[in-house]
Amino acid sequence: MNYAQHVLTHLCKDLRLEWRTKDSINGMLFFALLVVVVLAMAFDPASFPDMTRQISGGLLWVALLFAAMTALNQSWARETNNSVLDAHRLSEAPASALFIGKALANFLFVSAVEVVLAPIFTVFYNLQPLGQTWKLLLILPLGTWALVVNGTFFAALSLRTRNRETLLPLVLLPISMPALLAMIQATTAVLTGQFEPTLWIKVLLAYVIVFTTACVLLFQTVLSAD
Amino acid sequence: MASLNAPNRFNEEIKSQMVTKIHRSNRKMPWWAQGWLALTLIVLVYGFYQAMAAPREATMGNLYRVFFYHLPHAILSFVFPYLNLAASFLYLFWRKRNVERAAAADAFALASAEVTVLYATIGLATGMLWGRAAWGIWWAWDARMTTYLLLWLLYVCYLLVRSFSSTGQTAMIAAVLAIFAAIDVPICFMSIRWWRTQHPAAVFGGGANSGIDPSMVPAVLWNMIAWAMWGAFLVGLRYAIERRRQQAANAEALGILNAEEAGVVLSHSLEEAR
Repeated sequence: MNYAQHVLTHLCKDLRLEWRTKDSINGMLFFALLVVVVLAMAFDPASFPDMTRQISGGLLWVALLFAAMTALNQSWARETNNSVLDAHRLSEAPASALFIGKALANFLFVSAVEVVLAPIFTVFYNLQPLGQTWKLLLILPLGTWALVVNGTFFAALSLRTRNRETLLPLVLLPISMPALLAMIQATTAVLTGQFEPTLWIKVLLAYVIVFTTACVLLFQTVLSAD
Repeated sequence: MASLNAPNRFNEEIKSQMVTKIHRSNRKMPWWAQGWLALTLIVLVYGFYQAMAAPREATMGNLYRVFFYHLPHAILSFVFPYLNLAASFLYLFWRKRNVERAAAADAFALASAEVTVLYATIGLATGMLWGRAAWGIWWAWDARMTTYLLLWLLYVCYLLVRSFSSTGQTAMIAAVLAIFAAIDVPICFMSIRWWRTQHPAAVFGGGANSGIDPSMVPAVLWNMIAWAMWGAFLVGLRYAIERRRQQAANAEALGILNAEEAGVVLSHSLEEAR
């Protein structure tokens, strides 16, 4: 088997597991919906369309970030049952293929949540974007990958700590701060139409490339640490 | 009953011996460290004198003197993270090759991260004092302050993770995280700079690098040297303490292992005697 086939096998395995239980997607979706409703209580989205456009980008990403965190914490817990992780360590397949497969699966789950959440968000917050909406098709996947690639990595890292549920947000938030800034700024640019999102898309792209490389290079160390 | 109790007593005895031996050895700082500390204190006092003797600033009066403490701490807290990064790389390199060196690199990484957090905290606090005096507000979300806050957050997170992780795994997790944090610092720096220049938010003029009066130069330089020396001393001290803690932990583990072996031997001899 070559590298791509290894990745594909891991990806299919994660998708099949998710298809059978649907735990992560259902959990994330409901959680994100709750965050959107709770945030609507902090301000009145319907009466102030300008303010809504200004802050919606941030709110959407905060909801997605928190939702993704609940699923990321679980994504490696599946592998610890029956010592599957030890089997992965013994396996010939490259460790980074396992990582990329898992990250791709998480990416698809979070993207599925976005597909459902974005229309709900637009309706609930009465959003009328003033910029070029198609650019969101670039921003959303890039931002999601930026969150998910680091999230999957740190979830694997926090498997080895005492209180792993608390640890993930503590590590993921500071490290993702530039990515969060870029994706929120880019989304706000599209929603308000006041400035161009191009610079922020570039920042996001650079962040994604740098951190995907770092994760892939260091994953072997994390997985095989004794 | 005797064969059950005997190994325990033996165990305790060996453990206490080994641990106390480690604790008692090298209680004093070596002469060169004491000399360094003495020299550092002298330079610190001289730096303080220079800072207090520098002429009063026209608009801010004496309040501006906090600047002599703010600048060295702010600059140095961008130096220690790179020591931390280097030590983390060395740890990952030596992890499988040389356990003793890897442990030393890990101790150094911890020491430099702690000093980073300490210096960044002092830098933030003095920066806020300065901001209150110069601009009338404690905190402004301008580029430099935001980057600096993120640096502080990253290394506080590093220390938190160290305290959360289970023993034996701490060093590896910390080394990986240190690499991520160090990659993150320049990206933060650039992206926040773009963020704050793009928005028409209040960007305050002045600040640290808008040129200093020649009369302030000696005070700045002396304090810079003094706090660099003090930082180096703290890293060294913290490193020595961490190394000693590692040795004590090793000795304890080894003591228990030996005692278990000894216990087996003891119970065998007891059975033979019976």
